[in-house]
Amino acid sequence: MLRAIAIGLPLTVLVTILALMIGTVVALPIVAGLRSKNRILWLMSRALVDLLRGVPPVVWLFILYYGVSIGAIRLTALQAGVLGLGVVAAAYLAEIFRGAISSIPKGQWEASSALGFHRATVWSRVIGPQTARAVVPAYTTFAIGLLKDSSIASSIGVAEIVFMSSQYARQSGEGIMVFFVAAGVYILLSVPLGLLSRHLDVKMRKAVAR
Amino acid sequence: MNNLVDVAIQFGPTLFDGLKVSLTLTLLSLAFGLPVGLVFAFGVTAANKTFRYVSVFFVEVGRGAPALVLLQLMYYGLPNADITLSSLASACLALTWTTAAYSAELIRGGIQSVPPGEVEGSHALGMSYRDCLRFVVIPQGLRIALPSLMGFAVLLFQATSLAYSVAVPELMSQAYSIGSSTFQYLPVFIIAGLLYAAISIPATWLSVYAERMLSRHL
Repeated sequence: MLRAIAIGLPLTVLVTILALMIGTVVALPIVAGLRSKNRILWLMSRALVDLLRGVPPVVWLFILYYGVSIGAIRLTALQAGVLGLGVVAAAYLAEIFRGAISSIPKGQWEASSALGFHRATVWSRVIGPQTARAVVPAYTTFAIGLLKDSSIASSIGVAEIVFMSSQYARQSGEGIMVFFVAAGVYILLSVPLGLLSRHLDVKMRKAVAR
Repeated sequence: MNNLVDVAIQFGPTLFDGLKVSLTLTLLSLAFGLPVGLVFAFGVTAANKTFRYVSVFFVEVGRGAPALVLLQLMYYGLPNADITLSSLASACLALTWTTAAYSAELIRGGIQSVPPGEVEGSHALGMSYRDCLRFVVIPQGLRIALPSLMGFAVLLFQATSLAYSVAVPELMSQAYSIGSSTFQYLPVFIIAGLLYAAISIPATWLSVYAERMLSRHL
């Protein structure tokens, strides 16, 4: 039983990390769109975010896995899982980033332009660092949520923790323990993430507090 | 595109039946989960140790474990304990657990943001502890927690799509069985996705609107 879960563990971690990476990168242009003054660009990114968040992740995975074929090429379960969870994550992260950016006091923008900073400097030296600080709690909360959502990849056959445990449960006919252990593993995995978040938050708060 | 319309016309009614099951499952889980969540909200800070430990266990496992694990636990696991539930009942039980755990934390947050002066005030007026909770703390706490509870309800509705894995005939499993019998996977899943979106996007707007309305006087 423990072996089944141990075999699934690396894929759970892999799917979570890859989806988080894709999500973070794809979120950036979406945030730019959400903050854009161009109405069309804004509307398109708004619609994209609402659509990605309005449809359950499992539907996206099924569309990518069963529905998409480019010529004779089909996505593997892992590719479809990572890609699907990644783009859904991008939509959620875009909202998180947007919220963090708009929580930066207006005076920071005004002061930067009063000092004649270049746009790139404003982002890299003034707004960027403060946003990074503001985003940490929500980002790690989301990462913990994504860790749990990575279990959805089991539905298209990625052999991660849930897939392995449910296979074990069906083979051995012994379902209670294995799922409780699986639940325990998810909880144990999210504890270090939560601690890391608190640590970063405290550290960053100290950096600003004078 | 034509294909999409054909599939929609041919399988619309079946998918719609599935959507009804999804909505029923959502409402049942909310109806059972929210009252339990309210109890747990007080349980996790209760002075009584047994009550507190039981609440903390259910809240932490309910929030820490993926909904998919709970679903399969109820469906594949419980028969080991000589409890065999129908797929709908086991899905309902699992999602009730999830609902209770998440709403406990949301309600606790709402209750804690009720100003302590309110409690002191009702104490000074000679209200019993029970009356103070019943008429002062809980109504205000629930009002503060309402927008986030609505947001959670949308996520729960989306989570019912996972119940296909325990053979509940909801929208996703209808879509999957149509897909696997006709090989029209893409159009069927797109229509299923649009049906989900047609409910969860307006519901999200509603929760944002509720937040705005309720925070007006805060």
